[in-house]
Amino acid sequence: MLFKVFAASELIRLYELLAADRIVGPVKKGDDQYGRSLYDFDVVHDFSDLHLDYGQTIHSAKNYFLPYREDLCAFTFQDDGSGASGDWHKEVDYGVYAPLVLFGLHPCDINALNKLDKVLLGGKYPNPFYGEKRANMFIVGHSCSPQPFCFCKSMGTDSAIRGFDLFLTRMDDLYFAEILSSRAFHLLEQIDCHDPDSSELRHYMEIMEAKESLFVAHVDTSDLTKILDLEFQASVWQEWGQKCLSCGTCAQVCPTCYCYGVEERVDMDFSRAHKEKQLYSCNLLDFASVAGGHNFRPESHTRLKYRYYHKHRGFVEAFEESLCVGCGRCGQSCLARITVPEVIASVRASKE
Amino acid sequence: MQKTFLGVPVVRPKVAFFELSSCEGCQLQLLNNEATLLDFLSLVEIVRFREGMKEAGDDYEIAFVEGSITRFDEEVQLKVIRERAKIVVALGSCACFGGVNQLKNRFNDLEWVKKEVYGSFPIETQEVKPLSAVIKVDLEIYGCPIKKEEVERIVTALVLGEQIHHPQYPVCMECKARENICLFDLGEPCLGPVTRAGCDAWCPSNRLGCWGCRGPAPEANLSQLQIIMAERGISQERMIDRLECFGGFGTFVDEVKGKKGEPR
Repeated sequence: MLFKVFAASELIRLYELLAADRIVGPVKKGDDQYGRSLYDFDVVHDFSDLHLDYGQTIHSAKNYFLPYREDLCAFTFQDDGSGASGDWHKEVDYGVYAPLVLFGLHPCDINALNKLDKVLLGGKYPNPFYGEKRANMFIVGHSCSPQPFCFCKSMGTDSAIRGFDLFLTRMDDLYFAEILSSRAFHLLEQIDCHDPDSSELRHYMEIMEAKESLFVAHVDTSDLTKILDLEFQASVWQEWGQKCLSCGTCAQVCPTCYCYGVEERVDMDFSRAHKEKQLYSCNLLDFASVAGGHNFRPESHTRLKYRYYHKHRGFVEAFEESLCVGCGRCGQSCLARITVPEVIASVRASKE
Repeated sequence: MQKTFLGVPVVRPKVAFFELSSCEGCQLQLLNNEATLLDFLSLVEIVRFREGMKEAGDDYEIAFVEGSITRFDEEVQLKVIRERAKIVVALGSCACFGGVNQLKNRFNDLEWVKKEVYGSFPIETQEVKPLSAVIKVDLEIYGCPIKKEEVERIVTALVLGEQIHHPQYPVCMECKARENICLFDLGEPCLGPVTRAGCDAWCPSNRLGCWGCRGPAPEANLSQLQIIMAERGISQERMIDRLECFGGFGTFVDEVKGKKGEPR
C-alpha cells in the first residue's frame, strides 16, 4: 500500500477531479426533533454538500449497489393478434449508465461491500446486476469517529484493508491517504501531496490508537456460532419477538442484507412483462410464506431469530466471518429498540 | 381487435363502478392519470362509471363499489349488485372498513349525532358498515384514496386471471426504501409500523405520519405500537384518534378502550 499526505484544503481539488462521474456521498437530510443532524447517502452536486464529518447515515449506500427495487428483465411480445403464438424478446438492463464514485464510506460500509462480493460474486452464479455496479465503482473511504451504537470493532470491521481505491484519514488540517488502485494513484498525482514524513506517520498511528478507546458498544463473538446453536430454543427469542414489528426496517437500512423476492408484472397493454426484484427481510411475513400459502415461520420471533442466525451463524460457517459489520444502523432505526449488542448479550446470558 | 396475451385471446370484462356513502374520490383517482387512462380503458369495458360517462348499464361481471353503507336503500342496492356481478370489489377504505364515515360510530348516541349534523331535517342514517357486513366481498382494494398504480396492477391481474397479492408487510418497509426520515425522529406519530403497505409510503414520503387508511398489516404488533407512542410522549388519545380514523383498526381500538373502561 502507498501512503500520501495532502492539505485538507486540497480535498476540493480531488472532488472536482472525480466530479466528471456521478458522486454519491453523505449529505445532510434534515434535523431530528432535538436538532441533531440526520445524514444519508445521496448524489452530491456541490462539494459543500458533502458532509464527511457525518457520524452515521440512517440508511447504508445499498441503493447504489443493491437497489430496493430493480427490474431483472422484461419480455416483449410481438403478437399479431391472429391467435398464433407470437415471438418474444428478452431485455436485460443492469442499470449501469455512468461510473459511480462512492465518496466518504466508513470502514464498516467498505467491509460490507467486501462481504457482499463473496456471496454475490464469489459463488458459482455471480450476480451480474451487482457485479456491473461494482465494476463501475470508485471508492473513497473516510475515517470515522465511533458512535455510541457502533460495534464494528467487535465484528473486526473497524478498519478496511481492501475494497477501496483511496482511504482518507483526517489529521487536523491534513489528510493521510492510503492508495490501493492505480487510478487513485494517478488522481493524487494531480493534486498537491507528498510522502508522509516520520512525524506525520506518528500522528496517523496516534489517531488510529485513539479511535480504539472510543467504542462504547460491544458484542462478544467468541464461540457465538455454537452458542446460537445451543440457544436455538431459548425463551429470550420470544421476548424479542414480542417487540418485533415485522416491518423489515432493520434489513432495509442494513448494508449487507441482500435477500429478495421476485414478482412478475404484466403491463396494462399486455405488450411487456417484467420480472421485478424487491429487497426483502427475514422478518416479513411475506418472506416466510411459500407457494401454496404455507408459512414456515408464522411467529414473529422465529423470523427475527433467522435474521440473527443468517448474520452471525450461517454466514460465519460458510465464509469464516460474520455478515454483520457492526454499523449499528438496524438498532438505531428500530422503533422497538431491538439492537444487535443487546440481543446477542441476552442470548449469551440465557441459561436454558 | 380482440386483445391477446401470449397469443391467447383475452376477454375484456364488463366493469361497473358504484358509489355508496363516499366522496367518490377513489373513482376520481382512476381518471386522474391521463398517461395510462387509455390503456386502462382498453383493458376493461366500462358499462357504468358516473364520474366519466352518462350511460349506466346493468350488465357487468366486475363491480367496483366505493363507499360504506349508511342507509337501508344502500344495503338493497348492494345486494342487487352482488347478484348481478361475478366479482365484487370493495374499492377504498370506506368500502373495506367503513372509512372516515364510520367515525360517527364511536359516539354512543347516534340520534344525537344526527341531530347535531342535520338538525330537524328528516334524513335516514344508520350505523356505518363496510360492504363485507352485508354481502360477500371477493376482493378488497385498500386506501383513502386508493393508489391508482396498485389498482391498475390488480385489474390487470384480474383480467389475466392471476392471483392477487397484497403486501403483508407494513408501510415502514416501503418508507425505508424511499429513504425517508422516520416521522418518529421528527416527533410525529405514525401508524406506518402497523399499517398494510402498498401505498409506497405515500403520506410519510410527504412528511405526514401514516393514519392507517389501508388497515392493519396481518402481523400488526399493536401492543408494541402503544409502547413506541408512550415512550415518545405521544398520548394514547392521539394514537386512538389515528387508529379510529379509517375504521381498519376497530377491533384493536375496542380492546384498548375496553381496557381503559372509558367509552367515549
